[in-house]
Amino acid sequence: MDFAAFMAYAALFLTAAVKAGTPLLFATLGESITERSGNLNLGVEGMMLMGAVAGFQVGLSTGNPLAAIIAALLAGALGAGIFAFLTVTLRANQVVSGLSLTIFGSGIAGFIGQKLGGQVVPATVKSWFVQIKLPLLGDIPYIGPIFFKHDILVYTGYLAAIGLGIYLFHTRKGLNLRSIGENPGAADAAGLNVTLYKYAHILVGGALCGLGGAYLSLVHVPAWQENITAGRGWIAVALVIFTTWNPYKAVLGAYVFGGLDILGLYLQKFDIKVSQYLLDMLPYVVTILVLVATSIKKSKENKPPKALGEPYFREDR
Amino acid sequence: MTKKVIALVLVVMMAFSLALMTGCSAGTSGSKVKVGFVFIGPVKDGGWTEAHANGMNYLKEQLKVETMHREMVPEGPESKKAIKELINAGCNVIFTTSFGYMDPTLEMAKENPNVKFYHCSGFKTADNMSNYFGRMHEPRYLSGIVAGLKTKSNKIGYVAAYEIPEVISGINAFTLGVQSVNPNAVVKVRWSHTWIDSAKEKDAAVALLDDGCDVISQHNDSTSPQIAAQERGAFALGYNLDSRNAAPKAYMTAPIWNWGPYYVNEVKSIMEGKFKASAYHGGIKEGILDLAPLTDVAPAEAKAKVEEVRKKMVEGSFEVFKGPLQDQTGTVKVPEGKFLTYEEIFGTDMNWFVKGVEGKIEAQK
Repeated sequence: MDFAAFMAYAALFLTAAVKAGTPLLFATLGESITERSGNLNLGVEGMMLMGAVAGFQVGLSTGNPLAAIIAALLAGALGAGIFAFLTVTLRANQVVSGLSLTIFGSGIAGFIGQKLGGQVVPATVKSWFVQIKLPLLGDIPYIGPIFFKHDILVYTGYLAAIGLGIYLFHTRKGLNLRSIGENPGAADAAGLNVTLYKYAHILVGGALCGLGGAYLSLVHVPAWQENITAGRGWIAVALVIFTTWNPYKAVLGAYVFGGLDILGLYLQKFDIKVSQYLLDMLPYVVTILVLVATSIKKSKENKPPKALGEPYFREDR
Repeated sequence: MTKKVIALVLVVMMAFSLALMTGCSAGTSGSKVKVGFVFIGPVKDGGWTEAHANGMNYLKEQLKVETMHREMVPEGPESKKAIKELINAGCNVIFTTSFGYMDPTLEMAKENPNVKFYHCSGFKTADNMSNYFGRMHEPRYLSGIVAGLKTKSNKIGYVAAYEIPEVISGINAFTLGVQSVNPNAVVKVRWSHTWIDSAKEKDAAVALLDDGCDVISQHNDSTSPQIAAQERGAFALGYNLDSRNAAPKAYMTAPIWNWGPYYVNEVKSIMEGKFKASAYHGGIKEGILDLAPLTDVAPAEAKAKVEEVRKKMVEGSFEVFKGPLQDQTGTVKVPEGKFLTYEEIFGTDMNWFVKGVEGKIEAQK
């Protein structure tokens, strides 16, 4: 294989990596802002599955892509709403509630999906998610086809990441949110409505997770399959740590992990002596390495929100 | 305190919602035989499990026996629980339909001598336990003929689950079929390392299409490789079931299972008191599997060619793994005049690819 052919093959790999990373990106963004509010929601997998099945079912029965997307967002938010009620209002253990949400979400998706097995997304819905080459940007050599020749949800992912980055780091409300994640007692004393902030961000985070799931069932596959997320929700939980709760880094992290997920498939073309089973492990190994690295480095920026996982009791302040 | 109780109750409710997934259905009673099935996937998976479920429904219709099933049962020791539940519910004939159920089925067979057990795709038997499977390499070979005639780029992709004899022999049989009509074509293999992750299986198919393949075959349980082929204007072969609705512009045919007649035969013999533990390996001749009807997408000349070989298979005068056969390095694995037996095709020595396959099998025993 000559150099030009290799570069062309590499570009195809990177294009596929962006696509494979998109569901991870939505889920990672959703979980990042959830955790920024101080709540650790381990139900990402469950919310993704709820979004995936709701989006698919609505897309199938209405043929309307917008309705399908809205259904997916609402389903994810519904799952997150249960979590928020349990952990914010009732102050239940966040880890247990999140794990239950994962089990609940896959149960409900399996139940609704019983009759959907093998069904395919209707053409009217598909037509919304065809590849669109962006003018100008899409013409950049090499970079253009990799990043700017995708479906509308991939672009939505870019915008969501940038939007959330600006929100978190450059707006007053974003600052408030971060302060609640660090020290809800102080934020409360400063007059912030801690409960409202937590609810709002957990719900929006859940909606994004639902959208990530729907990307799989409506765009990427697009056919229904039991347990369609196949563990991607857990990768997203790891990605949040990998990208240090930062939406900008989430873009990079999601595509790197998406790439790692399919790297083995593209390397099998070549006769190299690397076990595919080792390659399958890579995303998890990388996460552990990052965990170790960030805990050694002790930089303030890369630390998790200080009050993450702790229920907030006003009376304990 | 009340809040804590409510929280606890909600959490427990959410956890129990999982129980929704393990469905069960019962037909009409009236006969003293009650048949239980253990499935690895959901009944509507559009593939392996659905093919077995179709067989179950056929059995129910034909013999009017009561049936029950447990779906999405994990392999290994956990499957014993599902078998126990079926026995407790009164089942006296049990079919377990995945390779990993083999040892649990054997254990349960020893504990329950009055129940008849059937295990699919394994190799162990007992006094009250049979095993059954099919010569899938026969329809695989036929589907290879269709692919070999269709390809223009002479590169055919094959999305494969795991490096086990069943899959490897399928790839080899497929490649032999391809090369019988198109000696210049190669078969490129991508291991997905999953049976049922439709996104990953699609990624594998896309990787093959990116590598220049224009026909995609698969040994995975979802239809997403076929959808990937359609999106790129390429062509595809299914597996397990006729799946033409998933990707009508790409789908040509599929090697398919047809368990119904076997289930009816076996249960009938039990009703007549003629059960005898056996190892059953039916092929196209016995009707347990076949090649699905070719669609209009398939090349015109394929039909006659497939029919010609299929006829020989039905007559029993055709061996897929007939010597001389060389592996990828050119070493003769099956000499002239010899052919592989069923046990050799599905045994652990099936760890090599025939010439014409591009891919590798990681060392495993």
